[in-house]
Amino acid sequence: MKANPAANAAVLTATAIGKRFPGVVALSDVDLTLAAGEVHALVGENGAGKSTLIKVLTGVYTPDSGTLTYRDSVVSFARPSDAQQAGISTVYQEVNLVPLQSVASNLFLGREPRGRFGLIDFRAMNTAARELLDSYGLRVDVTRPLRTLGMGVQQMVAVARAAATSARVVILDEPTSSLEPREVDTLFGIIERLRADRVAVLYVSHRLDELYRICDRVTVLRDGRLVHSGPMADLPRLRLVAMMLGRDLEEVRREGATKFDGERTAEDTEPVLVATGLTSKHRLDGVDVTVRPGEIVGLGGLLGAGRSETAMAIAGALPLDSGAVTVGGKRLRTGSVAVAMRAGVVLLPEDRKADGILPDLSVRENIVLAALPRLSRAGVVSRRRQDAIVATFMKRLRIKASSQYQRVGDLSGGNQQKVLLARLLCMQPKVLLLDEPTRGIDVGAKAEVQSLVDELAAEGLGVVLISSEFDEVVEGADSIVVLREGRVVTELHGADVNEAALLDALAEAGERE
Amino acid sequence: MKERSPSGLTSAEAARGRSGRREDGESATERSERSTLLRDNGVYAAIVVLLVYNFGFTENFATLANLNTQLVQVAPVLIVALGMALVIGTEGVDLSVGSVMAIAAAILPLYLGYGLVPAIGLALVAGLLCGAVNGTLVAVVGIQPIVATLALLVGGRGLALVLADGQLKDIRNQELLDLGAGKALGIPYVVLIAAVLAVLVFLLVRYTTFGRQLVAVGGNRSASALAGLPVRRVLMTTYLLSGVLAAIAGVVATARLTASDPSAIGNLFELSAITAVVVGGTPLSGGRVRILGTVAGALLMQLITATLIKHNLPDSTAQIVQAAIIVLAVYLQRSRSGGGS
Repeated sequence: MKANPAANAAVLTATAIGKRFPGVVALSDVDLTLAAGEVHALVGENGAGKSTLIKVLTGVYTPDSGTLTYRDSVVSFARPSDAQQAGISTVYQEVNLVPLQSVASNLFLGREPRGRFGLIDFRAMNTAARELLDSYGLRVDVTRPLRTLGMGVQQMVAVARAAATSARVVILDEPTSSLEPREVDTLFGIIERLRADRVAVLYVSHRLDELYRICDRVTVLRDGRLVHSGPMADLPRLRLVAMMLGRDLEEVRREGATKFDGERTAEDTEPVLVATGLTSKHRLDGVDVTVRPGEIVGLGGLLGAGRSETAMAIAGALPLDSGAVTVGGKRLRTGSVAVAMRAGVVLLPEDRKADGILPDLSVRENIVLAALPRLSRAGVVSRRRQDAIVATFMKRLRIKASSQYQRVGDLSGGNQQKVLLARLLCMQPKVLLLDEPTRGIDVGAKAEVQSLVDELAAEGLGVVLISSEFDEVVEGADSIVVLREGRVVTELHGADVNEAALLDALAEAGERE
Repeated sequence: MKERSPSGLTSAEAARGRSGRREDGESATERSERSTLLRDNGVYAAIVVLLVYNFGFTENFATLANLNTQLVQVAPVLIVALGMALVIGTEGVDLSVGSVMAIAAAILPLYLGYGLVPAIGLALVAGLLCGAVNGTLVAVVGIQPIVATLALLVGGRGLALVLADGQLKDIRNQELLDLGAGKALGIPYVVLIAAVLAVLVFLLVRYTTFGRQLVAVGGNRSASALAGLPVRRVLMTTYLLSGVLAAIAGVVATARLTASDPSAIGNLFELSAITAVVVGGTPLSGGRVRILGTVAGALLMQLITATLIKHNLPDSTAQIVQAAIIVLAVYLQRSRSGGGS
């Protein structure tokens, strides 16, 4: 079924690519070879450098070092259009076509068939579009505006367009993230055809099943470096996941059992939070999470598994199609942050800058933001009560600011995070949902935040912890709910909460179905 | 009178706090500090300079009568600008205010027969309704404020003309005329109304839950939503306030003019109000509302016009100078986002 990539000539070769941004090395000495007629998987977690590499290949970024060889000559693309012209097409996660134009217009955008007087020959264009889509098994009215079609079909049109522009290389960035299973099959049909046409396909995805189903070879990146490159079939799932996460498999196996932290046993108490059947189209599919007072429940999973979505759903920040959230025995109306907050469920969002801080306001204003109605009488904020809260939490969380009136945007990441925690804690929560609480903060603040979370749990708070840092989840959590593609695949309890078990769960999650 | 930023700091304190944490790029920090000072207090300085100049060199400027005239002239713009400052603080804009003024003006003569209070009451209700339309389009439907309020800018004026049969109507109601021309303690009622409203809106922004939430929603809507703030309610309330303040301005303008002229009242007021707000240091990007600055911005624009006219320069010159001031104010705000964070 699969072509033999070894016999194929390289179409696009990237050699020793380096790219730095102020303060970060995004890529360092990365090699990638795409051969004609192969489907090549590119995998890695957040910050691994996948996007940067794609942008280098497509002319969005110019690499600081290294060379690109395309069809036997060294090239340097100054603009994305240069790469496109040369035959390197990219389909991004977010479809970047013109939503109000017809399907046919989108397919032939920029290369419309011309008739007399140089005008666009719409009839010829529509016929050609219909033939093209038919050949991929897509039955769509090509005169309809693209926008009126489902995301899946739009994605397919984007791929068809990429394939139709006599591309030699097609880059697909998370093409299936918004597709139904049936649509995935259609897409894979198209990819098979591209392979038969000897096009090189670079396939970026976190869905292990898909990678093993469609890809011939795989390249793994981590922290901007090349970790592994080789045939897909020769790489066991467990090793692939271990490489993505940067864990040494042997070491994990050996030390796994000793990481067990069984101090807290809260099995016998009544749960403070019970979330059941959380479902939201394309994101969550029947997720259950139970948290007892004093318990830290980790959410495990690879990027895009639905961890953040689960936390947001519980916090009322993600509209749900179905599912129930019960706090302290009382069922909440879902989909309202205010309702969840009043019941004592608060969320520390993943993206501190975009969804957390108000950078131009002071530490003080940021801390009391959510609690304002509680600190007010007849709509007027009480200065005294505000003072008391701000003083308490700045001291307790050791927030380092020149004063409570300092702009939050001028604080360090760690202190910003503490300000956000203070905002949540002054709501006197029962359940704390922490999405990447230590991302992007310095080592000292990290340790402080971690021990604070432990302390809060010891005081009886229920905590849900999401972290892309492996040991943080394993050491912090008392149990782990492992997610994959918006579904719970397994739960780890007690002695099972160790790195080896979690790696196994992540790797094998797909094979159980 | 020293205005504090929403955080409660004076700008000088803020600048000091900032520079204390920055080791690198001294000159850049100093430059941004200077421009912060200029941005936050430039409008006050400009007023002082113009006042000193006029007191010294302009004939018949330093008379009570003239000062009253200037204040009376600026009052309607100022009242509209108060509401505009709130809307701009939410990262929005309300282009419909001039047309809402016209609607209020058109309603007055229709109901003055029932007395002054019912007539003004209905005019204000009309303002609230207009605000509700804007608020619904922005907060519930999710249309961009500039487009949503543009609809009422166009349609509102038309509605006002329909209400008034397209005619200018002289006001004969003595109470309303008194409101426009009368004085208390030597200060025109019109000026007192504007002053009281300015104080109320200032307190609203500074000390109430709504005011703090408004600034938060304008500063980072997604963070505000995730913090459980009633984002829609805050936006809706903001547009309601802008609508009712515009209606008050329409009543005041009508009383001053001694006529209801729906084709002229409030014309281009949306632009004058935005100018006052921006010159007063409220950034168009939201998250900050400077009410005293807005008052000063309105006064400054009035002063510039008055100064030039009293020195026999044509109105067109005043417009060119005002344009220059606007560009300067926006430039100073840009330098904040560039060097500030």
